[in-house]
Amino acid sequence: MLDTARLNRLPAAPGVGFKPQHFAAIMEDAGPVRWLEIHAENYMGDGGRPLAQLRALAERFAISVHGVGLSIGGAQPLDKDHLARLAKLVGWLDPASFSEHLAWSSHGDTYLNDLLPLPYTNATLTRVAEHIDTVQSTLRRPMLLENPSSYLAFAESTWSEPEFLAELARRTGCGLLLDVNNVFISSVNLGFTPQSYLDAFPLSRVAEIHVGGHDHDADDHGAPLLIDSHARPVAPPVWDLLAEVLARTGPCPVLVEWDNDVPDWPTLRDEARRAEHALQTVAVG
Amino acid sequence: MTAGTGSFAHALLHPNVTLPEGLTDGNGQPAGRRLNVLRNNVASSLGEALRNGFPVVTKLLGTENMKAIAALYLRAYPPRSPVLSAYGTDLPEFLAGLSQLSHLGYLPDIARLELALRASYHAADAPALDPSRLTDLSPQDLTESTLSFAPSLRLVRSRWPVHAIWLRNTQHDAPKPVAEPQDVLITRREFDPVPHLLPRGGADWIAAISKGQSLGDALDVAQTTAPDFDPASTLAILLRDNALTSLTLKDQRL
Repeated sequence: MLDTARLNRLPAAPGVGFKPQHFAAIMEDAGPVRWLEIHAENYMGDGGRPLAQLRALAERFAISVHGVGLSIGGAQPLDKDHLARLAKLVGWLDPASFSEHLAWSSHGDTYLNDLLPLPYTNATLTRVAEHIDTVQSTLRRPMLLENPSSYLAFAESTWSEPEFLAELARRTGCGLLLDVNNVFISSVNLGFTPQSYLDAFPLSRVAEIHVGGHDHDADDHGAPLLIDSHARPVAPPVWDLLAEVLARTGPCPVLVEWDNDVPDWPTLRDEARRAEHALQTVAVG
Repeated sequence: MTAGTGSFAHALLHPNVTLPEGLTDGNGQPAGRRLNVLRNNVASSLGEALRNGFPVVTKLLGTENMKAIAALYLRAYPPRSPVLSAYGTDLPEFLAGLSQLSHLGYLPDIARLELALRASYHAADAPALDPSRLTDLSPQDLTESTLSFAPSLRLVRSRWPVHAIWLRNTQHDAPKPVAEPQDVLITRREFDPVPHLLPRGGADWIAAISKGQSLGDALDVAQTTAPDFDPASTLAILLRDNALTSLTLKDQRL
C-alpha cells in the first residue's frame, strides 16, 4: 500500500479552488472547507496582494499548489525558468501538496494556456517519467499527477490512459490526482464506461480527488461532447461517480473546482458541503 | 504530418490549418471539429487574460473589437511564459502598428499605463522610509540627499491626456479629458496601485531621483524644463503612499 502521508499532507476533507474574490468570505466562514488549492502560476509575482493573501490563507488552511503550466507531457525539456519559479513558490510556502497534469501546454517558447493531449506510447511514457523525475528532484518532494479530460484520441497510442498513469506512478513514485469529472467527460467523449476506467486505474496511488462542472456540446456526428468548463455546479452523475470512487479508495481529500463564471462564496461553500456529505457517507459506510 | 506537438500547436493557433493526422474520436473516426474545443480554449482563455489585463483599452475599443484584436495579437505575440501576469507586454507596440486604430493615437499609451499598473500590483513589497528621516534634516542636508523608490513605483510619460482618459473610463463623474500631455506617477500604498497626475516637471524630477541624483540636482533638472516646478505635492504623495524606501545623506555616499 502506498504511503500517501508521504505524498500529501492534505486532510481527507473538502477543499475548494481559491478565488481572490472569496478571500474575506472564506476567512469569515469557510464552512466545511479545510484546504485550498491555488494555481501556482498566479502566485509567481514578487509581492503585493496575491502573496499577502496566500500567506494569510496558509496560516489557516492546508494549501495545495496546483501547476497548470509546466507542460510535463510535452515533447521538449521542461522550462528551467518555470521550474525555478515553482521551486521558489513551493520552497517558501511548503504546501501540503504539489500537483500537475498529464498534458502539455508549451511548444518551443510559445505557451498555449491549455492542457493539451498527448499520445500514450512507450516513447512518451519514458519522456513524461523523466519530466516527473526532474520535477520531484527539483522540488525535493513527490508530486501528484492528474488524469486529463479528453476530447480526442491518438491513433498511435499503445497504452490505455489508466495503465499509462499506473506505469508512470510505478516508475517515478509519484502519486495520482484522480479528477472524477475528467473521467466522466472522457468516458462520454471517447465512448467508454467510467467503471472500466476505474477498474484499470491504480486507485491505491490516489492521494487527492477533483470534482468540477462541465458543459454540453456535440461533435460533427451529433455525438455528445462534454466540455471541461469548470463553470457550473458539479453534475449529478459526477457526484455519483465520486461516491463510487470513495467507496473504493476510502476517505480522501476532495476538491471542488469552479474556475469560470465563479459564483459567490455561499454557492461554492454549498458545493463543498456536498463533497463533505460524500466523504461522511464513506466514513460511516 | 503526424500529430507531434509542433503541428498540433500550429493548428491550434491557426484555425484554417488542416488538422494533424492520427487524431480520432476514440472510436477510430477522425476527430473533426473536436480539435475546435482546444482551439477555442486557447483563444478564449488568452483573449480573456488580455481583456482582464487591459480593462480600459477594452472599454475604449469595445469588447467585440478587443476580442478581434486579441486574436490577432495572439498570433503575432503568443505568450512566452505560463505566468500570464506578464502576458500583453507587447500590446502597446502592437496597437501602435494597427493602421485601423490610427485615429486612437492615445491607445498605446493607455495600454502602457495599464501595463505599469499591473507591474506595480505584482511588484515586491518593501518597508517604507520613516517620514521623520526627511523632516528632521536641515534644508542643506535634504538637498544633498538621494532617495530610493519602492519597487511598486512606476512612471508613465505621455503626449496624450492618459490620466484623464483613464479616470474618465474607471470612475463616475470624472471630467472630460482635455488635449494635453500628461505624465503619471503610480504608487501602491498597500495593495492597490493608484495613478497620480504629475505637475509639469514632476516626471523629470522622479526620473532624476531614480537615477540616483540628489534632491537638489533633481530639482535643477525639473526646473530646466518647468521653471515653476515645486516638488512639495509630489513628495507628499511619495511619503503618504509609502513610495520611499531609503534616504542616503551626502556623506554616506561613496
